Amino acid sequence: MKNEITLPAFSRRSFMRTTALAGGGLLIGVNFLNSCKPEAKMPEDISQLNFNNFNAYIKIADNGKVTIFSPNPEIGQGVKTSMPMIVAEELDVAWKDVYVEQAPLDTKNFTRQVAGGSQSIRHGWDILRQTGANARQMLIHAAAKQWEISPADCKVSEGVISDSKGNQLGYGDVVKAAAALDIQDNAPLKDPSQYKIIGRDAINVDIDKIISGKPLFGLDYSKPGMHYACVLRPPAFGRKLVSFDDSETKKVTGVTDVFRFEDKIAVVATNTWAAKKGKEKLQARWDDEKLESTEDHDRILLGLLDGKDFETLRADGDVKKAFAEADRVIERTYESPFLPHSCMEPMNFFADVTDEEVELTGPIQTPEGSQKAVAEALGVDIAKVRVNMTRMGGGFGRRLIGDFVLEAAKISDVVRKPVKLFYTREDDMTCGQYRPAIKYRIAASLKDGKITGYHLKEAAVNSNMYGLIPNFFPAGAIENYQVDVANYKSHITTAPWRAPYTNFLAFAEQSFLDELFEIMETDPIQARLDLLDNVKGTTDERIQYSPERMQEVIRTAVTKSGWNVPASPGVFRGFSAYYCHNSHVAEVVDVTMNGNGMPSVKKVTCVVDCGIVVNPTGARNQVEGGVIDGIGHAMYGDLSFENGTPGVKNFGAYRLIRMEEAPEVDVHFIQNGLSPTGLGEPALPPAGAALANAIKKATGKRILAQPFTKYLGTEEKVIG
Amino acid sequence: MPAFNITVNGKAHTVHADSDTPLLWVLRDELQLVGTKFGCGIGQCGACTVHVDGEATRSCLLTIGQAGERKITTIEGLSEDNSHPVQQAWKEIDVPQCGYCQAGQIMTASAFLHSNPNPTSEDIRGAMQGNICRCATYTRIEKAVSLAAEKMS
Repeated sequence: MKNEITLPAFSRRSFMRTTALAGGGLLIGVNFLNSCKPEAKMPEDISQLNFNNFNAYIKIADNGKVTIFSPNPEIGQGVKTSMPMIVAEELDVAWKDVYVEQAPLDTKNFTRQVAGGSQSIRHGWDILRQTGANARQMLIHAAAKQWEISPADCKVSEGVISDSKGNQLGYGDVVKAAAALDIQDNAPLKDPSQYKIIGRDAINVDIDKIISGKPLFGLDYSKPGMHYACVLRPPAFGRKLVSFDDSETKKVTGVTDVFRFEDKIAVVATNTWAAKKGKEKLQARWDDEKLESTEDHDRILLGLLDGKDFETLRADGDVKKAFAEADRVIERTYESPFLPHSCMEPMNFFADVTDEEVELTGPIQTPEGSQKAVAEALGVDIAKVRVNMTRMGGGFGRRLIGDFVLEAAKISDVVRKPVKLFYTREDDMTCGQYRPAIKYRIAASLKDGKITGYHLKEAAVNSNMYGLIPNFFPAGAIENYQVDVANYKSHITTAPWRAPYTNFLAFAEQSFLDELFEIMETDPIQARLDLLDNVKGTTDERIQYSPERMQEVIRTAVTKSGWNVPASPGVFRGFSAYYCHNSHVAEVVDVTMNGNGMPSVKKVTCVVDCGIVVNPTGARNQVEGGVIDGIGHAMYGDLSFENGTPGVKNFGAYRLIRMEEAPEVDVHFIQNGLSPTGLGEPALPPAGAALANAIKKATGKRILAQPFTKYLGTEEKVIG
Repeated sequence: MPAFNITVNGKAHTVHADSDTPLLWVLRDELQLVGTKFGCGIGQCGACTVHVDGEATRSCLLTIGQAGERKITTIEGLSEDNSHPVQQAWKEIDVPQCGYCQAGQIMTASAFLHSNPNPTSEDIRGAMQGNICRCATYTRIEKAVSLAAEKMS
């Protein structure tokens, strides 16, 4: 399809290498290119095997059992299950015979170990399949050689190779011989109609460990002699440490070390509680510089929108002229607060700095960046810094930033002990790396009943939308179209947050379009379909979305939600459709209004086109969670500042969506056999707008800011 | 440091800790029972839920000094082999995403079903309201609790 982004080409030779294992069996090295990132214990010393630059491995044992070392770390997106499924499918083994282990991170040998942006499956799709198929072909060749027949006369099913006479050999029987063969680099791939694993539900591979409480996460990691560290950081962004008194801290039983680093104070102890207590007893004096407050951010960002200091990211036609010649111009401003990520597992990391090496173990999405930062900060050879990753209790973008890894390493470097740095929830919520506060101003011109111009302006804290976003819908659909951005650099640290920028931009644009269509007195569904018609056949290669695929999710959502059937009395429906992370999503939200003027979300119908769905149960889980997350943060998420200090510190005052507010989510996937695209993020952005559009129908009120509870004028509890 | 005798998962332990140490940190740091998770430390998220004499209890708020002789059960002691109906239901429904909060969810659900074996959907939602799942697996949690109730009846 012409609108598909071309994936980087790869040389087949470059992504696979095999060897016979000393203990028996076959090891296959796989290069997932930029799809990956690994960790843990390996079957062999890879550097001895000259397996450099391979980042995942398949091990086939003499008994035919298959271990797939999954390259990507788990943050809850399910790739530890779904990526090995793709290999197992083409390898043609029974899923029950496959063991999955987290592959190791070894930045001395591996490259390209960063994941993110819902790209793991999309980037891994071709390579994972080809790797499985190549390995299958080598095993078939080994059997054919033994039988002295042509490989074409062999059949294979679930790890057993057979010939026409009824002879059979298991993979384990031929694995040694296969290891001695030349690599097959272009084995034929299965026709999707033959799939036995892809497209069928596979339960999370870590399920037994999760439900029995086995150590899996960073905070669960320990090592003999390990100490625990807690850090007191400045109470406000931009504040400096003047002096401190640690005499009471040192009286706490178990506290072993207290010291200053940068504008922070580290407390190290023999257990978690002593470190926390010790930290609470510190008396610190901070400078009292006047710092940023939310009202400053509001004033500054609105000032940017009113001003002229923009960078133009896309400009089609002449927006100015279209506006000047319009019958009417509609303009709205949408506002969003900072948001913490609130990973259930607070930030933490283990570091053990010795003269010989630096061990870093814990939950991190960007191990290579952390390795570099630590080597630089400690002044040690990067080859001495070893990073292991654990399963992560949520990521949502927060663990792309390795500030806590650096802290752990610095502390261990000073005390020269193995140290586990832990954040309290208060540390986690107040130390920064938030979704930035952003304001959007959107204007559209109408002439003769048509939208002739569309102008989107972004004013954001610290950084602006990614370069591809200006090419999302409605780019290409409106003749005169412009996207401008401006930013304000703040002391307050910011980071990507699940579906960066689009998590709020989708709300702004899809709310705006809904209002525009209402003003135009056109049907909001038909109007979207008509706009998408304008994009069909475009020669503009910058356009990211497919108008045909977007129309299909919209039409399917209309059918599945019963949009054209009158809703039950008291139920109001809102619509939204959005493209991001290479996937197309349409959502219909059904709400009722409570006596207190608050919405109660009953049901969300969500239609997703993410191409082939590898693991339907995992995929549905991502969509259900993404939708509810989108509704929760649109409704409640709010973090403001007073003189540099965050207004909330823990889940008492900071509200996350809970069970009683969670709606039913009815998930549908478009079946089109196309290559898989992103799924961890795309279901989130449309949810807020669909909800706001439903609230408009119910109350007549257009919501222009998040969180909705605040905008609707009360913080009353919403009963689901 | 004072010594405390506690019974966890049917086993007696003597632990040395300050009396104000939350049970959570005794379980995790002293007994290496790390299935019980730290989430907020103020009883708001439910990640640290254990059973104390069969009651769902926030182990971040109960100090070792208060625990006394009461019987403590953690996720590790809910069953020997993941055979508890709630664990089985969690697996069948494929509830977890990141999985971090799920031990606390399972401990809340299992104590709740013990006291209310035939819950309505509303009962389940009310009982689970105190446990946050940041991945928002709520619809699956509700289904799993309901399935576990069926298995237990």
